[in-house]
Amino acid sequence: MGAPRPYTLVAELTYKCPLKCLYCSNPVNFHEMRNELSTEQWVRTFSEAADLGVVQLHLSGGEPVVRKDLPELIRHARSLDLYTNLITGGTLLNGEKLQLFRDCGLEHIQLSLQDTDGKTAELVAGARSYDKKLDVARLIKQVGFPLTINVVLHRLNIDHVPALIAQAADLGAQRLELANTQYHAWAQENQSSLMPTRAQLDRAEGVVLEARPRYQGTMEIAYVKADYYSDYPKPCMGGWARNYMVIIPTGEVLPCHAAHVIPGLHFDSVRDRSLTTIWAESQGLNAFRGDGWMQEPCRSCPKKTFDFGGCRCQAFLLAGDAAATDPVCSLSPRHDIIRAAIAKAEQGNGSLIYRDPKNSERLSTRPLAPASR
Amino acid sequence: MSEPATGTSTVWRPRLSPKARLRWDEVEKRYMLVFPEAALMLNETAPEILKLCDGEHTVEGIVDSLIVRFVGIDREAIKEDVVGFLGRIKARGLLEA
Ligand code: SF4
Ligand code: SF4
Repeated sequence: MGAPRPYTLVAELTYKCPLKCLYCSNPVNFHEMRNELSTEQWVRTFSEAADLGVVQLHLSGGEPVVRKDLPELIRHARSLDLYTNLITGGTLLNGEKLQLFRDCGLEHIQLSLQDTDGKTAELVAGARSYDKKLDVARLIKQVGFPLTINVVLHRLNIDHVPALIAQAADLGAQRLELANTQYHAWAQENQSSLMPTRAQLDRAEGVVLEARPRYQGTMEIAYVKADYYSDYPKPCMGGWARNYMVIIPTGEVLPCHAAHVIPGLHFDSVRDRSLTTIWAESQGLNAFRGDGWMQEPCRSCPKKTFDFGGCRCQAFLLAGDAAATDPVCSLSPRHDIIRAAIAKAEQGNGSLIYRDPKNSERLSTRPLAPASR
Repeated sequence: MSEPATGTSTVWRPRLSPKARLRWDEVEKRYMLVFPEAALMLNETAPEILKLCDGEHTVEGIVDSLIVRFVGIDREAIKEDVVGFLGRIKARGLLEA
């Protein structure tokens, strides 16, 4: 069986970012990964991705707007007929840059907002940003981009879902993504402060279901469930290295942005081999393709063709074995870990560890002990 | 699939959402509809319908232009296809209200 066709490339252009979000999905040791790909390397990589069949490009980070060569990268992506989306925190944007990106062919912008309450928004982002983000959202619309607003949900903002929906509609978003936090990377460090309670989640889901028909045709409301509170895991990335690839700032090609936490996997960099070769032959990408690697209960479970046994990174982080059933699954023998995390969440309140270079340095010297963390 | 509820469907002039783009796919040699969250592979008729989702054509108008292209196929059958398809992509947020 040859490698499947990748449709989507998430290009994490840089780990630099003016914000310090508590839930950031960038690796905790990002400060060690400063050797970013050059413009030429990204250009070649986009071309190879298009040849492989990729149709969508998400320019992401960190904060991609930090990269001075962003206009050039956008122009090249569009010359390859890639659908080009910018995923941004917004704070570095202004009307002039937006118009330039538009002229280069950028097609869509996804802007992250933290909260409708300015104080909490800035507590979570770790920096002044609230007013600026709202200004930028308006500019994005003025320049004429279709806008998706993305809000990561957690204990501190999930009760504001009604206001978040109204705000997104007011800003003219055509899509609002309300995505519960995934507890990897920085979010895992801050889990006890971020995990919502079951009651909070139930209320939020009720609000979304009630609001959807009212906005039908003007704004789509996507809701990503909290998998800790679901009975079964989500089909993480639509399956390991099937249709998605993530390329991190240093050039390694991953199946998702978190996969380098798994020991024993080797991910090649586009600095060393062509993307075509990597996609087909990478040890790390092939490790969990198909279902030959599965253990029980996944191996004989009929749901495996839909959810692929859940998230490999979560299986490693929580159960200490990347080939185990995702502990989020109620059939997992290690589901007790999730029940314990939920019980802890009901008590609430841990520390706040901001995503910044200093904390990154401190945390990356810590010995790896995932299952006991 | 019922007709999209925007008053009477005869005056509805569907327009493709600005975030969605019709794109020829060299790999599979057919059209796809791309937007930030996904890409939909299209059959032969769908691109013909989407090219007419310009905010000018009514649903009836779209059906009329398709009839010229698909000779010998019953108008009601074409209309049912068109309405069903438009309803599905509207539900995915790919048509403007
Ligand atoms: S989640 Fe926050 S800190 Fe992390 S890259 Fe995005 S804006 Fe920056
Ligand atoms: S046992 Fe495995 S395949 Fe079955 S639902 Fe749970 S995670 Fe999915």
